Amino acid sequence: MSDVATEPRTPARFARLADDDLRLLLLIRHFEQALLRLFEQGALNGTTHTCLGQEYVPVALRTLVDTDDFVFSNHRGHGHYLARHDDPHGLLAEIMGRAGAVCGGVGGSQHILRDRYVSTGVQGQSLPVAAGVALHLKRTEPGRLACAYIGDGTWGEGAVYEALNLAQLWELPLLVVVEHNGIAQSTPTHLQMAGTIGGRARAFGVRHQRVLSRDPQQIRREIAPVIAVARAESRPLVLEFATHRVGPHSKGDDSRPADQRRHAADHDWYAEYATAHPEHFADWDDRLRAHVDAVVREVTARPSAGTA
Amino acid sequence: MRVAENLNQALHTLLAENERLHLLGEDILDPYGGAFRVTKGLSTRFPQRVLTTPLSEGAIAGAGAGLALAGDAAIVEIMFGDFVALAFDQIVNFAAKSVSMYGRTVPIPLVVRCPSGGGRGYGPTHSQNLQKHFVGVPGLDLYEMSPFHDNLPLLRTMLGAARPALFFEDKVLYTTSMFEGGVVDDLFSYDVTDGLARVFADDPGTFDAVLVVPGGLVHRALAAARSLLLEQEVTCLILVPARLHPFDPAPLLPSIARARAVCVAEEGTAGGTWGAGVAHQVHTALGGARRPITLVSAADAIIPTARHLEDRVLVQSRTIHDAVLGALRD
Repeated sequence: MSDVATEPRTPARFARLADDDLRLLLLIRHFEQALLRLFEQGALNGTTHTCLGQEYVPVALRTLVDTDDFVFSNHRGHGHYLARHDDPHGLLAEIMGRAGAVCGGVGGSQHILRDRYVSTGVQGQSLPVAAGVALHLKRTEPGRLACAYIGDGTWGEGAVYEALNLAQLWELPLLVVVEHNGIAQSTPTHLQMAGTIGGRARAFGVRHQRVLSRDPQQIRREIAPVIAVARAESRPLVLEFATHRVGPHSKGDDSRPADQRRHAADHDWYAEYATAHPEHFADWDDRLRAHVDAVVREVTARPSAGTA
Repeated sequence: MRVAENLNQALHTLLAENERLHLLGEDILDPYGGAFRVTKGLSTRFPQRVLTTPLSEGAIAGAGAGLALAGDAAIVEIMFGDFVALAFDQIVNFAAKSVSMYGRTVPIPLVVRCPSGGGRGYGPTHSQNLQKHFVGVPGLDLYEMSPFHDNLPLLRTMLGAARPALFFEDKVLYTTSMFEGGVVDDLFSYDVTDGLARVFADDPGTFDAVLVVPGGLVHRALAAARSLLLEQEVTCLILVPARLHPFDPAPLLPSIARARAVCVAEEGTAGGTWGAGVAHQVHTALGGARRPITLVSAADAIIPTARHLEDRVLVQSRTIHDAVLGALRD
């Protein structure tokens, strides 16, 4: 599991979260769990990739990357979308091909475009595109940035390095957020990555910062200054989150040994926050579970997209 | 005016008239001005929007798509069209798909220029026309440069369509002259209507055979038409479409329906060719044809470097000449 295994179990005790942060974290958690249930019931077509355990990354970034910035998401993008648009109905309708789907049911889980939110399904593909968008922003809207979420596995793609090189050469406001969960589908980091992400970023002269915390407020304190510099100086920045994929890669395909799955579960913000703030947690957890259940009932009852 | 100059002037005009247009490519800065000098003067005049890039075809195409997605427009130069293979994912899986995969039409004004074709001894990896690999990609238009089509309106059309387009530029054309004034030479005249050029001997309605060729084959088709006329008294009508895909056969059908032989020729190698699709479309549109449409392409082989070996693989004017004669004899 490389360096993610060496981190402390709880980097810092969770401070009490603001209600809207907790609400969003739990919205994403229950949305993802609902998707896995819908798959088990045979109610969904195709596949999906849930972000269980990683929800806090886009939630933390939500206040630092605003709607005038572009966000490029990847295959594991439901949390990224919900953190930006807070639209579980539109996203579920997209995944289920129902009326009200964000992209008419054409794009599905991995291909969504809404305002300045773009997701696409090929690993590494978004980084050169994000570099182009960052060039546009630098020229026309200085201070705005393009933020691209990638995983540790994505670093196998040459497109990542071509884009980092361009971004540093052209001084582009490109924020690369790496959700390093130590497992690329079924392949642990030590079988797919030589060296480190930090070393690779440094090779291009690109600033890199590693984030261990799972507490959105703590994370914001750590990264707000470097994001501000990236904006002000129009520079690329790589933020590497040491995170944990608590669920399967897609559905029912978690082949990790029990101890590794337990390791991931031991680093789940959900349980950590439930322990740290049981009443606050329980109140919102119940509400969001009920809310997502209602969303599922409502969207499931809709007609197919494009047929209404 | 030489074709490269016509193209260069078109790029000057486009960058001057559209301040959102960017041009990205390798070695395109002055004084070098691109491997084929097509971008000469542009970086001096538009230094903010004409950007030289690392050797990163995928990133260049992706960045062009990103500019287009964000509301700008981009022309990307791939130094040798062979290298567009390095940008295949960005072109096929992002730029072209983005037009429709988000459930609505998303404008992506992106042109990828691909200097293509052999005949210059550059060998297996610098001589190909890879267009057949891009035929039938949803959302992707394919165009080919010709000495009959003014590049300015052609590029305006591509950018105006707001769909990604590949522009195949046969390298042998760069140093040849644009045809002007409806005259090709002592034997042949031409006209251009809606992007389709017609080359004919005396009367565009009188011919034995029709040759359908992209721009890069024009000079070889002309040489074949000349030798067929002078040696065999066979009259050819040459049709040169600027847009190769999606291909509209309708403007060609009245001529093709009256021809005794039809030959579609192209620069790429045999197998899964552009011409096979054209032949099928024509055949279907006419409700059958009296005889098969003859396809001419490079051999099913890599393109060798030595001149005598390269000549054996690539389409020559004599290849077209013989194909037409063969079809007329059948």
